[in-house]
Amino acid sequence: MRSLWMRWPGWFRSQPIDGHAITCRQVVSLVTSYLDGELTRSEHELFEAHLAECEGCTEHLHQIKVTVALTGQLRDEDLEPQVREELMGLYRRWSRDSHA
Amino acid sequence: MKGAAVKPRRQQLTSAAGEADLVRRLQAGDEDAFAALVARHHPSMVRLARGYVRSNAVAEEVAQEAWLGLLRGIERFESRSSLRTWLLRIVVNRAISTGIRERVHLPVSDRDLEDESGRFSQDGWWTTQPEHWADEALDRMVAPQLAARVREFIGELPESQQAVVTLRDVEGLPSAQVCSILGISEGNQRVLLHRARTRLRSRLEQEVNQ
Repeated sequence: MRSLWMRWPGWFRSQPIDGHAITCRQVVSLVTSYLDGELTRSEHELFEAHLAECEGCTEHLHQIKVTVALTGQLRDEDLEPQVREELMGLYRRWSRDSHA
Repeated sequence: MKGAAVKPRRQQLTSAAGEADLVRRLQAGDEDAFAALVARHHPSMVRLARGYVRSNAVAEEVAQEAWLGLLRGIERFESRSSLRTWLLRIVVNRAISTGIRERVHLPVSDRDLEDESGRFSQDGWWTTQPEHWADEALDRMVAPQLAARVREFIGELPESQQAVVTLRDVEGLPSAQVCSILGISEGNQRVLLHRARTRLRSRLEQEVNQ
């Protein structure tokens, strides 16, 4: 597919892309690569053509994006004061011992 | 993302220039520089260690050991390498070497993960269309209970998936840095991330539809 694309890119661009060329299962298996921008150009176009025609896969992609967003919320945890104090104690012991 | 009501991620704290300055100050014995580095990196280190060990207390110990390792080698540390990557790599090595993690994750077969429990027909199309629950999940995320549940769901994953999803989706690190920290290939990293996200999506769906 890729070599054909490289040889006749204009012909490929002129063809309507069939959203049914890949299945829902294939779309679901490619979601992570799609979000990482790691699909080839032809895979990317097939993926998006499928999404344009498939409500189920569009919803699945939305759910994965929401899952990633919700997981990212855990990052806002702050350092607890007690933990901070323990670490500063670690630093002071190390500093004292290393200069003894 | 439609309906994305989540608050924006805290801005990436680790600017390379600021970090190099903190390392230089730490090398000169500045305690405030250590405090600043701890505030930047310690929560990430504990979250990463948590995937390999049995409790928060042990994860804290692993992270503390990594800090001690940094202090002992700080004079030789070269600022041109990323401190964050260095610290997280040490955490992974130490967490694995402690070897005390209880296997608490649920056994999940590859087929179950890849096919998502028969959601597709043999031909590869949806047997039942996905339900619409994602926007409700976003609305509920402001409640601390759902954040706690997401933390539990991550804890159920196999440790290799926990490490990847923690670094990629919790810490927001790019895939190349995650591969460097964990010593895995780009392809392997993507497979582990895909499985982790697939499992978390499924657990969130169950949670929201309860």
